[in-house]
Amino acid sequence: MKRLAVALTLAVIALFMASLLVGPAGVGLSESLSALFRGDGGPLTLVMREIRLPRALLAVMIGASLGLAGAAMQGYLRNPLAEPGLIGVSGSAAFGAVLAIHTGLSAAFALGLPLMALAGALLGVLLVMLLAGPGGTSLTLILAGIAVSSLAGSLTSLVLNLSPNPFAANEIVFWMMGSLADRSMAHVWLALPLMLVGWGLLALLGRGLDALTLGEDAAEAMGVGLRGLRLKLVIGTACVVGAGTAVAGAIGFVGLVVPHILRPLVGARPSRLLWASTLGGAAMVLAADIAVRVVLPARDLKLGVLTALVGAPLFLHLILKQRRERI
Amino acid sequence: MTNLTLSRLSVTLRRREVFRDVSLSIGGGEFVGLIGPNGSGKTTLMRAALGVLPHDGTSSLARLSPSRRARTVAWMPQAREIAWPVSVEDVVMLGRLPHLGTGQRPSANDRAHVDKALSRMELDDMRHRAATRLSGGEQARVLIARALAQDTPILMADEPVAGLDPAHQISTIRSFGKLAESGKCVLVSLHDLGLAARHCTRILMMGDGGIVADGPPRDVLTPDRLAHVFGITAWYRDTDQGPVCQPLEVIR
Amino acid sequence: MVRRAARCISAFRRASEILRSGPHHAAALTALLSWASPAASGDAAPMRVASMNLCTDQLAMLIAQQGQLHSVSYLASDPRSSAMADKAAGYVENHGLAEEIYLMQPDLVIAGQYSTQATTAMLRRLGIPVEVFPPATSLEDVRARILRMGDILHRQVQARELVAEFDARLGHLRQQVTQRPEAVLYYANGYTSGDSTLAGQILLAAGFENATTRAGYGAGARLPLEVLVMTIPDIVITSRPYPGASRSEAMLDHPAVRAFRTGRAGATMTDHDWVCGTPYVLRAIEELAETRRAITGETR
Repeated sequence: MKRLAVALTLAVIALFMASLLVGPAGVGLSESLSALFRGDGGPLTLVMREIRLPRALLAVMIGASLGLAGAAMQGYLRNPLAEPGLIGVSGSAAFGAVLAIHTGLSAAFALGLPLMALAGALLGVLLVMLLAGPGGTSLTLILAGIAVSSLAGSLTSLVLNLSPNPFAANEIVFWMMGSLADRSMAHVWLALPLMLVGWGLLALLGRGLDALTLGEDAAEAMGVGLRGLRLKLVIGTACVVGAGTAVAGAIGFVGLVVPHILRPLVGARPSRLLWASTLGGAAMVLAADIAVRVVLPARDLKLGVLTALVGAPLFLHLILKQRRERI
Repeated sequence: MTNLTLSRLSVTLRRREVFRDVSLSIGGGEFVGLIGPNGSGKTTLMRAALGVLPHDGTSSLARLSPSRRARTVAWMPQAREIAWPVSVEDVVMLGRLPHLGTGQRPSANDRAHVDKALSRMELDDMRHRAATRLSGGEQARVLIARALAQDTPILMADEPVAGLDPAHQISTIRSFGKLAESGKCVLVSLHDLGLAARHCTRILMMGDGGIVADGPPRDVLTPDRLAHVFGITAWYRDTDQGPVCQPLEVIR
Repeated sequence: MVRRAARCISAFRRASEILRSGPHHAAALTALLSWASPAASGDAAPMRVASMNLCTDQLAMLIAQQGQLHSVSYLASDPRSSAMADKAAGYVENHGLAEEIYLMQPDLVIAGQYSTQATTAMLRRLGIPVEVFPPATSLEDVRARILRMGDILHRQVQARELVAEFDARLGHLRQQVTQRPEAVLYYANGYTSGDSTLAGQILLAAGFENATTRAGYGAGARLPLEVLVMTIPDIVITSRPYPGASRSEAMLDHPAVRAFRTGRAGATMTDHDWVCGTPYVLRAIEELAETRRAITGETR
């Protein structure tokens, strides 16, 4: 277990450094690092501190959030297909964010953006939980997810189409696919407070999720307060997914792929999967964000495109596997 | 020794009264079988006694705080759910959760309880296997071991032997019996009247929205009651190999 | 079938090029694709003309005789994108829909290359001649478009006068340049225009060097924020934001852009003079030349 923690931490650190060093400006290693740390106020310092650092930080924050939220939701719903992006939580968060931007709320009040995204995410989680519930079949979960994400997606399009700004309508791609391009430290500070709250809440779930392995009744009889657990899960997920989506759009499949890969390595224990997926998610989003810059440097390739290319086949594989097991 | 005491316990679910005014007390050393036809309210009675269902009247368990209750009673629901491919050892260790503080790691004492529960259910050689890959019978034993590891004075199980082969039915019921002999208070719901008659020290028969009979097997399993509550005839004898109860025909 | 598919693909590519070439074409986006056809002008001058593209709208308004032009696109009366919004109010407004234009019974339709192909094809099937104008990408193109508009409206004299005036003003502007500072055009979503675009030509004519040429950007392309910051031009010229919020424009406010701009000259493009190849580009050049003189400290 300790070895896995060390390996994942090292991977995150290495990818973080790589993320700082990859960019179209093409500057040398020592040069960029000295510009980052020493800061002579020149253009390279600006590039390192205002463009690359926030990008790398957001990749870590959002990746960790998505991995953690995915592991927590899967643990609670006892279903490996539960993922904030797939079940429409990210989509509803995007809707909230778009609403905040286009009603002018985010301009009037900076935290309005993440808070509206949080409200959207909250609505999404609640709707999915209401429709699919814990221990519900995968089929109901997927159907509920389709319903919630398409509703959120169409409402987002509606708001963007109603905007007087000619660019707004084209931004649906950003909200659906997510991107970390050209984000700033302002976005880091905007997302961080809510994420901290969410991480705190979700980190408390380990024990309860372990007990839930044996079902709700057994968990409750083992002293797990299900109501509190549900509340922490819903609010925690909404916080991390809402804050992340508000600044980077909806990035799908991270919460599906990472727990799936790491589950066998932590002996399938939901509590251990929480921290492992947090680290793994950070590593995956960092890697994906490096890839979009290396593969197509001239185009603004969306992050979600890459995560979906990895995640969708795995999703199909999981569905087939579940079909075989007739769950 | 802690007793399980219910007084005037009533449950109404979706405006349908499941049972009313159930009062009883079960002490240490008793192995109580709860029998009754489908829908007579066995599961509901046990869940209400735990306090996980809204109810009227009082239950000594429902009045405890959740963490205190978790150290007083171990509960095995009927659904044998193991959601993730967790190792057998880890599943059994879950039984120690109520004894661990938040973030506390299992101590040597916790490990000893797990080892004891594993060997009691003859699971030693599969302790590292994923619990989800075991057969139904093996999973049932794992879950009983989990309940044993919880190390509580009271043990409640909802149809723990359903779906097991005869050998495992008998050995499972025997282990509950042994727990009762060791001073614990055991309440188990059963559909198998033969097992109930042969192994339980006391039988509670549910029907007509309450407990219709409460006592030793031979007093409870009378032809009249079996006809009235279950609608069957049965052959009951105290033989030199213990009591035997064999259902025969449906009357209604 | 195959040819049509190929057309569709190249149409799509052109649309995305326009998209990429920057926000000053945002208005043009609403109108889409079409194909050049042999000149539809017969012997008689058309007397009921409908234009369905912002740029042809303005050329037609400049050149047509009284009563000859019947309808212009709705964008022509939007002061943000049109240099002749006031004048456009005197014409019937259209939205580039085949049905509405057909019912106007025009004897000639003028469309842009990016007008919807389905619309122009439909109008041709209904027997209405359609003239298609490709967008101008250089100042020479502007002259050519003016002359062509004169031809199809049978107003060659007016067109030639306009061109002569255009040449004179442009020549005057070009004589004044002594020092050429470096500039970058920077639009929403981080797009820039290189030398082979109309905006790039306006920039050159106003006496600037385009810094993105040095960085290898010839046409319209996305200029990574990092490259912008590292290019260190003397001035960054940005597009003017539209009402309502968008992420695309929000990046013009990125802390790196802001920090980079402090202590540097800046200017904004007024879309209506920059979008179309009309004589109004001279106004854009004049304004920009004024900015250049402010930077270099030249006097007139």
